[in-house]
Amino acid sequence: MSFLALFRKELRSYFVSPLFYVVAAVFSCLCGFFFYTRLIFFVEYGFGVNILGNFWLAFLAGAPYSISMVLLLVMPLLTMRLLAEEKKLGTIELLLTYPLRDRTILAAKYTACASILLVLLAGTLVYPAYLYVLQPLPWAPLVSGYLGLLFLGLSFIACGLFISALTENQVVAAIATLGILLLFFVLTWNEAATSPPVLRVLAQVSMFDHFETLVRGVIDARDILYFVFFISFFNFLTLRALESRTWRGR
Amino acid sequence: MIVVEHLTKQFGAHRAVDDVSFRVERGEIIGLLGPNGSGKTTMMRILTGFFPPTAGMARVAGFDVTTEALRLRQQIGYLPETTALYPDIRVEAFLRFCADVRGLGRAGRARVTTVMHDCGLTEVAQRLIGKLSKGYRQRVGLAQALLHEPAVLILDEPTVGLDPRQIIEIRSLIGNLRGRTTVLLSTHMLPEVSTTCDRVVIIDRGRKVAEDSAAALSRHVAGSERTLVRVDGPAASVCAAVRAVSGVERVEVSNGMTERAVSVVVYSAEGTPNVGRAIAAAVVQQGWGLLEMRPLPLTLEDLFVRLVTSEHGSAPDGTAAVP
Repeated sequence: MSFLALFRKELRSYFVSPLFYVVAAVFSCLCGFFFYTRLIFFVEYGFGVNILGNFWLAFLAGAPYSISMVLLLVMPLLTMRLLAEEKKLGTIELLLTYPLRDRTILAAKYTACASILLVLLAGTLVYPAYLYVLQPLPWAPLVSGYLGLLFLGLSFIACGLFISALTENQVVAAIATLGILLLFFVLTWNEAATSPPVLRVLAQVSMFDHFETLVRGVIDARDILYFVFFISFFNFLTLRALESRTWRGR
Repeated sequence: MIVVEHLTKQFGAHRAVDDVSFRVERGEIIGLLGPNGSGKTTMMRILTGFFPPTAGMARVAGFDVTTEALRLRQQIGYLPETTALYPDIRVEAFLRFCADVRGLGRAGRARVTTVMHDCGLTEVAQRLIGKLSKGYRQRVGLAQALLHEPAVLILDEPTVGLDPRQIIEIRSLIGNLRGRTTVLLSTHMLPEVSTTCDRVVIIDRGRKVAEDSAAALSRHVAGSERTLVRVDGPAASVCAAVRAVSGVERVEVSNGMTERAVSVVVYSAEGTPNVGRAIAAAVVQQGWGLLEMRPLPLTLEDLFVRLVTSEHGSAPDGTAAVP
């Protein structure tokens, strides 16, 4: 009951603020633009046997013109206010003196933001649908690709929510989140700068490598576990950050 | 209803609350009086289960603030100091949200209507909270604290920043709860205490300095009365003459000395009647002009100076004052 009330309030505050609409518009426009330009590119120059498969990989995980990169840019803007705003307004004190567990507050905020992520991703479903009508292609990469996007987004939220719990400045929260996420994303991109043993370790930590496997149509328990661990770890940190009021002064 | 025993809260090297003990009985309205930064808010945050104390014990409505914080929070209504509210939500919607978060269910709807009526919010029910005046926002804060008919109401500076009319309204709202709800409110204003509270706990720099009923406190405050007397005459002789009046304990020349007139602050013992009349008579007898004579009200600062620096340092209830 209290979870539902909190969840509704969080969702509502997204829909009453212009930020969500601007973010959604930017996200949709960029995705549409990248879909169009990438598709044209692969149709014109996509030598090889698996043109659509390669296109799908590039559209979801290519750098920098892909859904995942746009998601990386916009998600910090959706997570920045979650706790920072409550701290700024002082309403966090109200919530924390209500008969609520910290984890209920966290769960409501996380779920509300996850719902917004679903709305954004649902908007992009027109692209695979259009593609499928144009030229039927194996559906496994489509499904696992979206699974990858979902896990990616959920990880972004977990990290963003944690950063938002540390500051009462939303801009600081957004930029710090963007920095951390970008680092986790591009960790293995420059292979020349790392020795092979280091690269093997980095590949385990890198978000991109786990995401890419999913987009290729391979659903591996290790990749799923990575994201589950990433999300749990940051949610754990957020809970500790909320709880920190009990062992230190403000 | 509220039991506080040897409560201490440490923030690093800073001790915000230092070994404070007091009790509040059911239905009492008690004031926590102290200057800004004396630990009032910290104390209230402990009592609402926001954070636990470093040492000591506190129980509110029978629940321990550390181990039973969740059940304790069901029993209390809290108005934070900053009147923290969401600005982009309408009054009624906000109160419904609060009722839902508290899990009041269907009964919550009726309570929202009642509380809005009690707090005079009915006509602004559909206004955005961010657009309301500070007085109305304070009432919204009070309304959310009253929604679930809490056993204990904790109000952090409920009248700060309000205009005099709003202050009277909030005070009467709190006064209406007398006998039904236990109220702990904090303030740094003396009149607040004497008009609203049954009992007062005075804290300074985290320590309890005194605890007494409001009436006894005013008596204590009035313990020695101060009168400002401005006389058209030579300073030294004026002091001597006034000093000689029976009932006068001490005479201080205040800074307001002009060429001819002298201002003196006269300290007289409590309960000596007609000291003023005697002083006036003495002045006139000497042939000086009595230009001004008025009682000096005691400010909170004076009270603190008195309580904190008094050497025999014993407040009326026997609480030792801090040297």
